[in-house]
This record gives sequence, structure tokens and C-alpha cells, in this order.
Amino acid sequence: MTTTAPSSPAPSNVPAPLATTTRLSPVDVLRSEWTKLRSVRSTVWSLAALAIATVGLGAIITAVSNNHWRTFSAVERLSFDPTSRSLRGVFLAQLAIGVLGILVITSEYGTGMIRATLAAVPRRPLVLAAKATVFGAVALVVSEVVTFAAFFVGQSLLKSPVPHASLGQPGVARAVIGSGIYLAVLGLLALGIGSLIRHTAGAISIFVGVLLILPLILNAFPTSVQQSLSKFLPLTVLQAMISTQPRPDTFAPWTGLGLMAVYAAVVLVAAGVLFVRRDA
Amino acid sequence: MIEARGLTKRYGTTVAVDDLSFTVRPGQVTGFLGPNGSGKSTTMRMIMGLDHPSAGAVTVNGRRYGDLPRPLREVGALLEAKAIHPGRSAYNHLWCLAQTNGIPRARVDAVLDLVGLTDVARRRAGAFSLGMGQRLGMAAALLGDPGVLLFDEPINGLDPEGIRWVRNLLKGLAAEGRTVFVSSHLMSEMALTADHLVVIGRGKLIADLPVEQFIAQSSRQYVRVRSPEAARLGEMLRAAGATVADETDGALAVTGLAITDIGETAGRNNIVLHELSPQAGSLEDAFMELTNDSVEYRGDVTTDVARPIPTTVPAGSPEPGPLSDLTR
Repeated sequence: MTTTAPSSPAPSNVPAPLATTTRLSPVDVLRSEWTKLRSVRSTVWSLAALAIATVGLGAIITAVSNNHWRTFSAVERLSFDPTSRSLRGVFLAQLAIGVLGILVITSEYGTGMIRATLAAVPRRPLVLAAKATVFGAVALVVSEVVTFAAFFVGQSLLKSPVPHASLGQPGVARAVIGSGIYLAVLGLLALGIGSLIRHTAGAISIFVGVLLILPLILNAFPTSVQQSLSKFLPLTVLQAMISTQPRPDTFAPWTGLGLMAVYAAVVLVAAGVLFVRRDA
Repeated sequence: MIEARGLTKRYGTTVAVDDLSFTVRPGQVTGFLGPNGSGKSTTMRMIMGLDHPSAGAVTVNGRRYGDLPRPLREVGALLEAKAIHPGRSAYNHLWCLAQTNGIPRARVDAVLDLVGLTDVARRRAGAFSLGMGQRLGMAAALLGDPGVLLFDEPINGLDPEGIRWVRNLLKGLAAEGRTVFVSSHLMSEMALTADHLVVIGRGKLIADLPVEQFIAQSSRQYVRVRSPEAARLGEMLRAAGATVADETDGALAVTGLAITDIGETAGRNNIVLHELSPQAGSLEDAFMELTNDSVEYRGDVTTDVARPIPTTVPAGSPEPGPLSDLTR
């Protein structure tokens, strides 16, 4: 033990009993969750990974497009979407935001911290709502910053004669803002999965399964089935969102995002119901 | 004040806690004693509102835990060692808990100081030893300056200095008029710390009584008698109303007759005695006896316990010879 000698056991410095009449304040619980989120390194790492994936991968992909423009066919040049190119990194960023969303809740189960949390705040729906609010807000702000950065970095790498996009063009601002919102909503979906599963590895497996394995499974089905079902997949929603041009067999960008929000809400509500019912 | 009434917890067909009723009163340390797996931790989790009872109820200060307006200001608990995110500092761990109940920062500093962790408060808790983790858990329990405190096996993994510190802390908290409920599977530790005992086995209440009464009632007290004419003496003692059992070395274990009566019976009948000594079984023996039928997982209940020295051999005696041999 490297601790200093403990003080006298009789806590003479204990203040007079604090007032116990006021109920727990949701604002206090939000503050607590904010302290939790900012005081662990996994938050910084995940958000750094999110930024590197989005901006870095977007930059690489646009730079490659810029350098190979001469080799593009006429059709490829016509359908070239500079916005979509610069936002390709968001596909990879999904994993970072998902892992962070999961860790927000599963790390508490993994360490036993959840019992300290629930001893302090026995109103479990309040705990889950505070976690979702704080994480969702942080995820949204960081994702927006990162998608805008990816867009501007990407466009700066596209040199004439390669066309580049500006925010004023149709669908461009929607693609940049919308893909940031998409990441935040996906993170909330992951948080819901984490709360349902309560184990980091299991929750990440399910999250990756829904995101990446489900499309592969769908590929095994006949084309007609694929066409009618694939638009419900998160990846398809994201593809529609980052494009400035309409894509076949997808929902409209905002419709798709609404669908994602419904997924997240359903999973979070289910998680909340189980959170209240289960033993911690 | 903690009150459990008919508290029951079932997991499928297994009954972990079985119709448990007890009251934990303020101003004293109440030991919650039972073998490993007897339902102590489950009971504590139900008190804290973490596990839902299958039947019955438990209240703290007359309310269900979930109905306490600001629970940390009424109840503090140390339920498991190192239930801390390893990447978070001790200070932030306490601060995020404090924030939920509107507890000021100054109080975080005060409890860190109280448990002697001020110097390492900004270090990541993952680097803490088990003992430091326990101290941090204690700090969290004391955060809201609560009147009711629960500690689940608080001395597990502590060195002797740490054990003494915890013992004094618990007694000090009770002396301030707080309700202190502390679980342990070590009877010897409870004998030193607790004023009152709630003993359970297999989830059932076995005893709820003051420690002294438990010791007096359940210690196996008898008189050990050695004599060359043991058989004849045994018959006479039985005739006088005693219960006599044979010990493995040929001595007699006599209960139900005062030691002076045994001596005088022998004297009247000219029977030579080689030993006439009062015996008291250890507390661990008493605890074992009490919970004998209710040990779920046999093998590690008291094996590593420093057993009390038998009363016939004075502690510190350089040669624990046959001091009680009356023929010397």
C-alpha cells in the first residue's frame, strides 16, 4: 500500500447531515454522466478514431480520385459525386461511434460501477435517459465537426479539372449534416444494444453483425428480395445520405434517417424496460 | 434503520434468500454472518434496490430504497471491492457519484482525506491495490454522510493494518449513532467488531441476537476430566445428572454439572484426577455448529482463520505444557 496513513476513523470533519427532502434532479444526473464520459480514456480514443477514420479515409479516397481522374470513363466522370467521395470515411467511423456507444453502458457492467450508479440514482429510466442524452449530444457535435472537416479537406484535395462540391450546391449540405446526424443516431442504437446485452464483446458482435453481416446474408437472397429489403439496412441509409444524387432502391435520405431513429428508439425503449425489470 | 420482512429471492428453483425478517438498528454495528453462498450479498443488493425481491420487502428508514429522495444522503454502501472503472481517477469516480445527489466538491475532498487517498486521488483507479480499492469504496459509501451504512465483506483482501482501520471505522460510525450493517463469513472478525448479529444459512435466518448472547449460547462449554478410573467416575457423574462423553484420548467431556461438583464427587469417592479443566469451544466452532446444515459450498468457510487459542493453554506461554494437570 502506498497510501498515506488513514485519518482518525471518527469522522469529526463530517458536515452536518445534508438536506434529504429534495428529489434527484435530472440535471444533476446529466452532469454526472458528462463527468463519467469525459473522465475515461476510451472516450478520447473512440472519438479520435472517429475523426481519423472520417477525415483520413475521406482524404485518401478523394486524393486517389483526384489522381486517377484521367483514367475515369466518361460515365464515371458524369456520375462523379465529390461530396459522396469525401464522406466515404463515415462508413468506417460507424464502428468507432458504435463501440463508444456500447462502452458507455457496458463498461459500467464490466467493472461493477453500474451498482454504484444505481445506488446513487435508483430511478433507472433516468439513468439510461441521461446516458443517451449526454452521449447523443457529444456524438452529434463531434460527428458534425468531423463530417464537415472531412468534406472541406476532401474538396480541397480535388484539383481542376476534377469537379469539387460546395455547400451551396443541391443536396451537399444535407449530405454533410445528415451523415453527422446518422452517426449520432447509430451511436444511440449501439448504446441501446449495449444496455440490452450488458457485455462489451457480445454487444459489439451484435452491432457489427447488424451493420456488416446482415447485408452479406441478404446477398444470398434473390435480387427481388434484396431490392425490397436492403433499403432497410443502416448501410443503405448511409449510402443514400452521403450522395447528393438520388439512388435506386433506397429511401429518400431523410426518410432513411427517420427509419434509423425509429430503430434506435425501439431498441432504447426495450433496453429501458429490461433495465427496470432486471437485477443490476 | 433497516427492516426486512419476509424477504425472499428465488432464481428459478433455487431459493437464495428465504423468508428473511430482521431489523438493523442504529447506534451499533450489526454483523451479517453466514457461510459463503448463504445469501448475504443478495440480501444486501435487495436492500439497495439493485435486485428485486421475489417476495417480501425491505425498507431503509421506512422507505423502499427506490423511494429515497436522495439515496446517497441516507444510505452508503460498499458492495464489492474495486467496482470502479479502471480508467477513471478516484477523484472523478467520487465526483460523478456526488453530482447525482447534489453533494458538493468539498465533500469529495473530505472523504478522500478520511480514507487516506488524497495523494493518489488523481491517479487512475485501475492501478490501485485491493486495499486502496476498498478504501475508495469506503469513501464512496461515506460520500453523502449517510445515517445508514452497508458493507459487504469489507475486510476481504486487506492487510492487518487495513483490517484494524476498517474495524475502528465501523465502530466509530456506529458510535456516532449511525446504522452499520456489515457482512462477513468470519465469526472471529464479527466477535471483535459487531454488537449484534444476524446469522443466516442457506438464505434462512438462523439467529438474530446480541454478540455476547451468541457467544454465551453457542460456545460449546464443558469440563474436561482425566482420571485413571475414568469409567467409574463417568458413571458417578451420570448418576449426579451430568452428560458425559468420551474424548479421543480417554478423557471425559462433562456437561451439565459444575466443575466444583465434579471435583467433589471425585474426592468423595477417592478417585484420582489428572485433569479437571473448563473448556470453551472457539467461536468459529460455534458458528460452524450453528450453520452446519446450511453450508452450500463446503471447504472454505473457516480454513484460513486464525483460530482462538484453547483456554487451557494461556496465550504467550513459552511451553504450552500440561499446566492444568492437577497431579503436578
